[in-house]
Amino acid sequence: MTAEPMLTVNGLAKTFVLHTQNGVRLPVFANVDFSVAAGQCLALTGPSGAGKSTLLRSLYANYLPSDGQIMVRHRGRMLDLASAEPRQQLEVRRETIGFVSQFLRVIPRIPAEVIVAEAAIAGGASPEDALAAARELLRRLNLPERLWSVPPATFSGGEQQRVNIARGLIRPFPVLLLDEPTASLDPVNRRGAVDLILAAKAAGAAVVAICHDEDVRAEIADMTFDVSSYKAAA
Amino acid sequence: MTRSEPLMEAAGVGHIYAGGQVGCEDVSFRLYPGEVLGIVGESGSGKSTLLSCLAGALEPSSGQVKFDVGRQGLRDVFQLSEPERRLLMRTEWGIVRQNPRDGLRMSVSAGGNVGERLMAVGERHYGQIRDQALDWLGRVEIAADRVDHLPRTFSGGMQQRVQIARILVSRPRLVFMDEPTGGLDVSVQARLLDLLRGLVRDLGVAAVVVTHDLAVVRLLSDRLMVMRHGRVVEHGLTDRVLDDPQHPYSQLLVSSVLQA
Repeated sequence: MTAEPMLTVNGLAKTFVLHTQNGVRLPVFANVDFSVAAGQCLALTGPSGAGKSTLLRSLYANYLPSDGQIMVRHRGRMLDLASAEPRQQLEVRRETIGFVSQFLRVIPRIPAEVIVAEAAIAGGASPEDALAAARELLRRLNLPERLWSVPPATFSGGEQQRVNIARGLIRPFPVLLLDEPTASLDPVNRRGAVDLILAAKAAGAAVVAICHDEDVRAEIADMTFDVSSYKAAA
Repeated sequence: MTRSEPLMEAAGVGHIYAGGQVGCEDVSFRLYPGEVLGIVGESGSGKSTLLSCLAGALEPSSGQVKFDVGRQGLRDVFQLSEPERRLLMRTEWGIVRQNPRDGLRMSVSAGGNVGERLMAVGERHYGQIRDQALDWLGRVEIAADRVDHLPRTFSGGMQQRVQIARILVSRPRLVFMDEPTGGLDVSVQARLLDLLRGLVRDLGVAAVVVTHDLAVVRLLSDRLMVMRHGRVVEHGLTDRVLDDPQHPYSQLLVSSVLQA
């Protein structure tokens, strides 16, 4: 069976140029090619500093690639996210690509359940449905109910991470980018998160994940991609 | 869900002051319904001059500012007749001034400030005006027992919230904001930003936000333009520009922010 590719990366490269440091160039990776189909999970591997997060952020248009294409199936056709206009990139983020970052960027004063629900509202859900779905997810991720109405600024790392996962998975994004989704979770909560990721895959999501935990990686990933072997020449 | 018709278009907008001082130069962008565009830069970068040109207050010496007037398609804002322009500013645009005293009538109660704007767009029923004013002041978290008080008895943060209610009550399609959190305490800023963020999202209004505060644009804007010496040096998704700035000046700006 050959599922259609959801995300295809061609010749992707990233070099940071630090103008405030006399224009020093920091090459991260070059000539990166891979493709992920619906229902597949690709795990990015390599030691710290290999550029896994930089690659993942590039796939979300959060970093600007120096070269190459990021072809994503958006509204039924392949669109190059790397060269798309900001307005199209926003549309892709709204409809096609979800991102679970390593850390929650806390917004002052907003309760955890609302942060999660907002992601569903952005996708067109009614506020009532969104809040119900948010609570259901937080329940499945074992976040204590007394925390739902509290802004997550004071939460522990693991609690914030579950809010982050819930926010990223509340909608059935066709492409999911996960940066260490289970890193700060204990075994019970890790189980809940892994089950949600597997469910997203089963529902047809193409997943690219960074995940140091080998057990989790073995369970969710169908293939691996070692970023350190694509080190760009300085 | 994404409409393809722009709400506003700036094409090569520039303004040179008498005496040859460059205000802004060759600024072009398109703004779509519901989008929030942030403009950052240090004092003197030309961002306030640009905002004045965009908001119809200062005629550009070059280029054009076009707006989808009355949903009839883009028209040059400076080619409109005076009555047309006044109608546009009253009904389709709103301007949040940095100093709320410039955007409010200080001798009129908070409720009156909000109601007045409704009367300006043709609302005549006193009871309905009062109800809507109360509703909007509630949405910006002004307590009901303060509605009949004069804004001068309010704190700066409260005045700013009354100004926002006054502007949004007439449901503009585009709001211009000039340093909306300038001059406010940090705790008040956070509350105001949260409020603005919710209102912009719930109402689907487009906005142009000028500020020197990167945290403000991070929270409010979808896209970001960085200005220096009157020119746009970088333009892209807000988080892309802030997390991976390309232009030397953007890098300097981002790296100069103190991490709290």
